[in-house]
Amino acid sequence: MLDQDRIVITGIGLTSPNGNSLAEFRQNLLNGKSGVVNYETRYMGPVLAGVCNFDELRYQKKKDIRRGTRAGSIAVYCANEAVRDAGLDWPNVARDRVGVYIGITEHGNVETENEIYEISKFQYDTKVWSHHHNPRTVANNAAGEVTLNMGITGPHLTLGAACAAGNAGFIQAAQMLRLDEVDIAVAGGVSESIHTFGIFASFAAQGALATHEDPTKACRPFDINRNGIVVAEGGGICTVERLSHALARGAKIYAEIIGYAMNSDARDFVLPDANRQAECIQLAMKRAKINVDQIDIVSSHATATEQGDIEEASALRRIFAGSNAVINNTKSFIGHAMGAAGALEMLGNLPSFDDGIAHATINLDELDPRCALPNLVLNQPRELGTVNCILNNSFGMLGINSVVIIRKYQG
Amino acid sequence: MTSDQIRQVILEILERIAPDEDLTDLDDVRPFREQMELDSMDFLDIVMELRKMYRIQIPEEDYSNLNTMAGTVSYLLPRLKDVAVGA
Repeated sequence: MLDQDRIVITGIGLTSPNGNSLAEFRQNLLNGKSGVVNYETRYMGPVLAGVCNFDELRYQKKKDIRRGTRAGSIAVYCANEAVRDAGLDWPNVARDRVGVYIGITEHGNVETENEIYEISKFQYDTKVWSHHHNPRTVANNAAGEVTLNMGITGPHLTLGAACAAGNAGFIQAAQMLRLDEVDIAVAGGVSESIHTFGIFASFAAQGALATHEDPTKACRPFDINRNGIVVAEGGGICTVERLSHALARGAKIYAEIIGYAMNSDARDFVLPDANRQAECIQLAMKRAKINVDQIDIVSSHATATEQGDIEEASALRRIFAGSNAVINNTKSFIGHAMGAAGALEMLGNLPSFDDGIAHATINLDELDPRCALPNLVLNQPRELGTVNCILNNSFGMLGINSVVIIRKYQG
Repeated sequence: MTSDQIRQVILEILERIAPDEDLTDLDDVRPFREQMELDSMDFLDIVMELRKMYRIQIPEEDYSNLNTMAGTVSYLLPRLKDVAVGA
């Protein structure tokens, strides 16, 4: 493959419930430190959630934060961190050749709920409905706020892809770079979903909202006693470039995106489908021109819902049984970061290229036999020695599946 | 409300919608926009805050009266003369 068709990650910015930089996030994943806490919601009262505590004012003024959205603030923080990490000479970067591609599960719920709450104090007089509502709720909000903050005049898209969105941001970036639409992509995923009661209430109505007396033990993918999702906020954004572009400027290269795929179940609004998930994984490996024996770590999507975990385990068994790939799960630490999940889960694993360790899936005390998996990394990180390839699953409602495969850059 | 009380209300609104600004030396006769970053959306925030706090409907053709602190206070004084602070 030509260097201009090879796509690499050159900068990383993130905020997760257990870390506001890659180093902090990674360390806490290796230390088994959860980011799930008790959290108060409007109307519903106490729930459990993954809450981020990044420095909002590092890249935004108070007025920007007031005017924009939480998703926008998360995206702005992560995008600036990524660009800084990438060592780009930002004032001299051709901003019309930069694209912003940010995945998101949902958008507008938080802002609409806030406005309805506000007008409820005025007998629902719509004359006090905010003029900020529309720019806050347009579907391109998060990526658009990044362009405003960073002076980026290339294309921007916020990609609505349910919980497959984090991977979708990277995939869109790779495609646009290969089409030569942009030279640098600022790509990944974000979530502000903990700020709307509706997400929690809907999962609760579905019987899929996790409860536990100890918040840190609430998210239990593959465990027989799992009882649902822990909703989280967060963001993971990278600078992504063609290899030729990265090499020309002497960039540090974290990883190469060697394969990806997206497909649809076309079956159910909420229930996943192992068959289509397996097809998505196979297609990503085919495009990456690798076979199952070359995958070292599989970053599972499992959210700790009963059927979701069973279906993914089924898909993974049929592909990875007999292989040496180990399987882990990042949600068990931070909850389900929705649109950011795919990005954070890939980035949490990425440092294994350097340290050779696979972080675990925690809170797995008693494996659900229906989720039996080969080489599941149980509760403690595992030394692998060498890690060359990571496969990252991310699936979402309405049957949307996404898989990204990254490889250690080896020249 | 008195002129001073209205001025204080407007200052508090400005502090909320422009939290990065130092309003200590705000000149009452100079336009707000010459002294602080205030765009059309911020300006609408002033109108909205007054609507929420005092149920005042300010028609668009009157917006030019709100360009300065002095203008805003004199515009609001007759409209808020029978209103208690914090009402």
